[in-house]
Parts: sequence; C-alpha cells; structure tokens
Amino acid sequence: MIDSNSITMLSIKNLHASINGTGILNGIDLTVKSGEIHAIMGLNGSGKSTLAKVLAGHSAYEVTQGTIEFEGKNLLELAPEERARAGLFLGFQYPVEIPGVANTQFLRLAYNTIQSQRGKEELDPLEFDDFVREKMKLLDMNPDFLDRSVNEGFSGGEKKRNEILQMALLEPKLSILDETDSGLDIDALKIVAKGVNQIINKDNATILVTHYQRLLDYIVPDFVHVMQAGRIVMTGGKELAMELETRGYDWIGSDQRNAKNRLTAGAHA
Amino acid sequence: MSNKAANSGDYLQYLLNSWSAKSADKLSGLSQLRARAIDSVNTQRLPNKRDEEWRFTDISPLTQLAFPPSQQQSKVVQANDLEQFYLPETTNRLVFVDGHYAAELSTIADAPIQMIGNLPAMMRSRASTIESHLGHYAKIDGNVFSALNTAFLRDCAVIIVPKKTVIVEPIQLLFVSTQEEVSSYPRCFVIAEQDSKLTLIEDHVSITSASYITNTVAEICLAANAHVQHIRIQRDSQQAYHLANCAVSLAHASQYQSVSVSLGSKISRYNLEVQLSDENSECTIDGLTLIAGQQLSDTHTCIDHIKPHCTSHQQHKCIVDETAHAVFNGKIMVRPQAQQTNSSQSSRNLLLSNTAKVDTKPQLEIFADDVKCAHGATVGQLDSEEIFYLESRGLSKESARKLLTYAFAADIIHRIPVASLQQQLEKIVLNQMQGV
Repeated sequence: MIDSNSITMLSIKNLHASINGTGILNGIDLTVKSGEIHAIMGLNGSGKSTLAKVLAGHSAYEVTQGTIEFEGKNLLELAPEERARAGLFLGFQYPVEIPGVANTQFLRLAYNTIQSQRGKEELDPLEFDDFVREKMKLLDMNPDFLDRSVNEGFSGGEKKRNEILQMALLEPKLSILDETDSGLDIDALKIVAKGVNQIINKDNATILVTHYQRLLDYIVPDFVHVMQAGRIVMTGGKELAMELETRGYDWIGSDQRNAKNRLTAGAHA
Repeated sequence: MSNKAANSGDYLQYLLNSWSAKSADKLSGLSQLRARAIDSVNTQRLPNKRDEEWRFTDISPLTQLAFPPSQQQSKVVQANDLEQFYLPETTNRLVFVDGHYAAELSTIADAPIQMIGNLPAMMRSRASTIESHLGHYAKIDGNVFSALNTAFLRDCAVIIVPKKTVIVEPIQLLFVSTQEEVSSYPRCFVIAEQDSKLTLIEDHVSITSASYITNTVAEICLAANAHVQHIRIQRDSQQAYHLANCAVSLAHASQYQSVSVSLGSKISRYNLEVQLSDENSECTIDGLTLIAGQQLSDTHTCIDHIKPHCTSHQQHKCIVDETAHAVFNGKIMVRPQAQQTNSSQSSRNLLLSNTAKVDTKPQLEIFADDVKCAHGATVGQLDSEEIFYLESRGLSKESARKLLTYAFAADIIHRIPVASLQQQLEKIVLNQMQGV
C-alpha cells in the first residue's frame, strides 16, 4: 500500500555490480518506501537475482559503482549478518540444505540472534516451540518440519514455506523474496501468498523478484519494474505485470537493448 | 629430559630396562605372556615412514622422548578433578590414573561386581577365562606398541559379561593422565559371553597439559549373539602422544558397534582390527577426528570378513583446521570363504583451512566373488553458499562456520547412545557457541 506517512526504506542509486569481472548490474535506481510492495520482473539473466543477492551482501558480487542506503544508512558498509540484524531479509530462490542441523535449532538460533540484536528477549527451546508452532499455522506447515534437518529432503514448496516461516519469525523491515513462486503448485502458491500477505503491513516493505505474473495475482504490488541487461527499463503499476503476461518481454526496451548491442560491438571492434 | 635415546633400538631397550625392576610380581599366570611380549619387542624396531602402515605418520619424535613408565602415585588426583568426566548415565566406572588402577576413584554397583574389575582381582576368580583370551586378539608380532603394552601388562580393566546377561547402564573406563614425561600402558579386556549385551565407554582424558605417552591396548571378544557398543573418546593433552590398538573378534551373529572420537594429542594413532570370524556377525564402525593446530591424528582400521553372510558398515569423518593433519586408512578384507559379504565404507573429510591436510585411503581386498562392497571418499571445505545463507539470517561468519562444522560431525556424534556424552562432544564441536 502506498501511504503518505511512509518513510524511505531503501534507496538505490546508479548501482553497478559485477561477478568475476563481468558486469551484471549496470545502473539500477530504485526507491522503496515503507508499506510498499515492489515487483521486479524480467527474463532470466536480466540481473533480478543478482540485485537480490547484492542487497543481502553476497560476497561473490562486487559493487563497482553507486550507492545503497537502507533507512538512511550505507548498506554497502554492512556485512551480510549486520544487514539481517538491521532488518533486511532475503527469501532464497534455492534455500540451502543443512543436514545435521534440526530446523527448530536453526530457526531458534536465527530468531534469538535477531532478537538479542534488537534488545529483545530470547526464547528458550520450550517457549520457542510454542511460538514457532503458532507461526507455522500461518503457512499450513506440518510440525514435523521442526525436527527434520534444515531443508534436507524438503520439496521445492516445503523449502519456500520454510523461507516464509523465517520471514514471519524474524519480522524484517524489508523483505526481498527471490522467485518465491518458482516450483510451487497453485495450492502451495496460495498458501505462501496468504502467509506473506499476513506479514506485510504499513511499516515494512517487500520486493518480489519474479519471472511470472502469477504470484502477483495473490500478492498485489504497488509498483512493477522490468529489468533488462542489469537495468530497470520500465516501471508501472500492477497492470504492467498483466501486460507482460499477455505480450511477453520483447516489446520493452528494444531501444536500450540496441544501444547496448552497439556498445558491445564497438568495444570488440 | 635426561634420558634420550638416539635411535629406535635404544629407545625400546631403555623402556624395557626401566621396567625390569617391576617385572617380578604376583601375576605368575600371565608372566609367560609378558615374557613373550618382551622377546617380541627385542626383535622389533619403531616403525618409520618407509613402513607401508606408517607412511603418512612420522612417529620418530618418540625416540627423542624416552619417558619412563609411570610410577603409581598416591593421591595425585582427587575425585573432584575428575567429576567433569563422569557421566550421569553410568554408575559403573573404573578409573585408571596414568595406567594404574585407582580403586578409591572407581565405583561398581552391586550386581556387576563379579563381572567388572581390575586384572589382579579378577584373576582370583576368572584366571582360566582370562588366560585363555587375554593377549590372544591384539597382535604382538609386527606391532611394537601392542608388544610394549603387553610387556608392561599389570593393571587392566576386565569386563566379563556372563551368558544372557544384559548390562543396561553403560560402563565407563576412565583413563586419566596426570604426570608429565611418563609413558603409561592402559589396557582393557572385554568378554561378552553368549547372548549378553554391554555398552562400554573408553574415555582417555588428562588433567595436565603436559607431554606424555599413552600406549593402550583393548581386546574385545564377542561370543555368539553378543552385542557390544564401544564408545571410545581420545581427549588427551594437546602435547601427548597416544598410540592405541584395539582388536575385536566376533562370533556367530554377534554385533559390534563402535564410535571412536579423536580430539586430543599432538600425535595419535588408533589401530582397530575387527574380525568377523563367524557367519551373520555384524559391525558398525564410526569415527570422528576433530583436530587443529599442529595435531596429527591417524586412524587405521581393518575389517576382516572371514566367514560368509557378514555385514560391516563404516563411516569415518575428519574435520581438520589450521595446519593439522588427519589420516584415515580403512582396509576391508573379504576372504575367499566370505561369500555374501555386505560391506560399505565412507570417508568424508572437511578441511577448515588452506593449510590443513588429510590423507584418506580406502583399501579393499576382495577374494570372494559374490559380495556387495561399496566405498567412497570425499574431501571438501565449508560451502560458501551455506555460510551466506546462515549469515543472511543474522549469524556471524564465525557462528555460521561453527554451525556447519557441527552439522558435519553431528551424525557421528548422534550415534553415541549416551546423551550427556553427546552433549559434551557437541559443545566441543560448537566451541560453546551462544544460542544453540
């Protein structure tokens, strides 16, 4: 929701980032305010997931130009765990499996780490068990998940639910959900979307990174951005997502693409 | 140190001479065994890296450490020094201080008192059983350390579980090192008679950070249908030298499960030989090595399938940090008669630094043609994506690394059937990480 009292949560200016010397992000500008839901769409390889990982502080990506401010602070100076503690959350496209660590142990560790950082009370295993079971109801999750190893042997849908469960527990200010809809059947998608919608409020903000419009039927964005070749080439309302669904991506930004191709050709000449 | 032995022969001679003063004692029934061991030591030398079995582990520093055999000292250790090692799950505990039995620190509940004790006491009632088994499993020839231990044999934890007897509570054998610059020769001897069941915890600990040598031998004999769980923890001083031999013999349909954990010592070597001597016997051999600094920990196992229809499963994991060096050599022998053998072996290794080193060598020698034998070895590092995942949930890099290291070790630790010991080991692996 767009709110006149909202504050600027995230401000990205002219962001360039590369991996192993290859530029992936080529000048991103994006402002996200509290209460807003932004969708970032685009074809594979357009840089959507890279943007998500750069925001979370993945060390494989090097920021070569530009700035990111999170609640007025320079985000680029913070280590990944400091970003998490400051209230930034990344829901992974491919959540990592950690055999040998019980999910409940992991969730409590993450929860207590964030809580203590906020000066709030940590929960002992029994208290946490009650708390997490309540949150799991939001996502229709079987309590068995607590005793299994983190994500080990989880189906794609189960992993994504586990991501949203973490979002529910950690109560981030800014959530970036990377392809949360991929690998979900329609029932699972509805459950995940319902969970996300219950977490979203006027004081937090959400960035949905997605390839398809389908998720946006259930989590309705205030803004839709289209990425191409590491840039946001078009921004619109939720109707833009519909248009992309019917017309595909080809019609957008052909000018920019052509410009880039010319540049590349020039560099090789 | 006043006594230095220039070479391996001098070193062994020095040890034997320093023992001769004590060699005449009451255990005449075992003197033949000791005499044979002394003869055997006289024909052997210390192994060096040219010996195939020792190619990864240089044991030559021992020749510079002519530590005399430890003398029994009264009251060097108090009960409250040891409380940290006691396990609430067990009331039967034999304590050996620098290899010498400490009756005042040991406790045995009423029921098993006939079954558990120190060798001299047990010889009074069970001499014939002991003499017909003790020293029959651990090879003396070709194994100078086992021979030395046998030459110095005096005190020894003896457990003889009678037929159809189930000892529910684990029995703890606590071997404590307290003196510096001595060598000690702990020994254990276990007979599980037909249809009996036992859980044994062999715990090597120290209350000194000094240098010393522990040379230990364990022999475990399982009669038909016997079940033995053997948990072995080596947490000697970081300056210690720990040389261990364990020989296990399994009769028909018996089951041996072992978890050995190697944490301490500057140089440690564990040889485990398991003989599946009759049909339908089964063993599960799990190991965990967790070392750092300049430690070297070498585990050599040999699982010998002698008869058909036997099963062995082995999983060994090494976690190596800084400039430490771990060695795993896992030999599986399947003899011509041993058809329908089912055997699996896995060696997984985690290197936590660029200078850590592991040598892993699965060694399968299969002489039967109808068998199932699987083996695999991996060496890897912590996964950077896994670390990033945990960091993105607020964990520091350090905590993330510790949690993932713990996760790597967890399945081995969880096979230890004693909760308090599991927790102690989890703490060691996690290094008292907050919040878990």
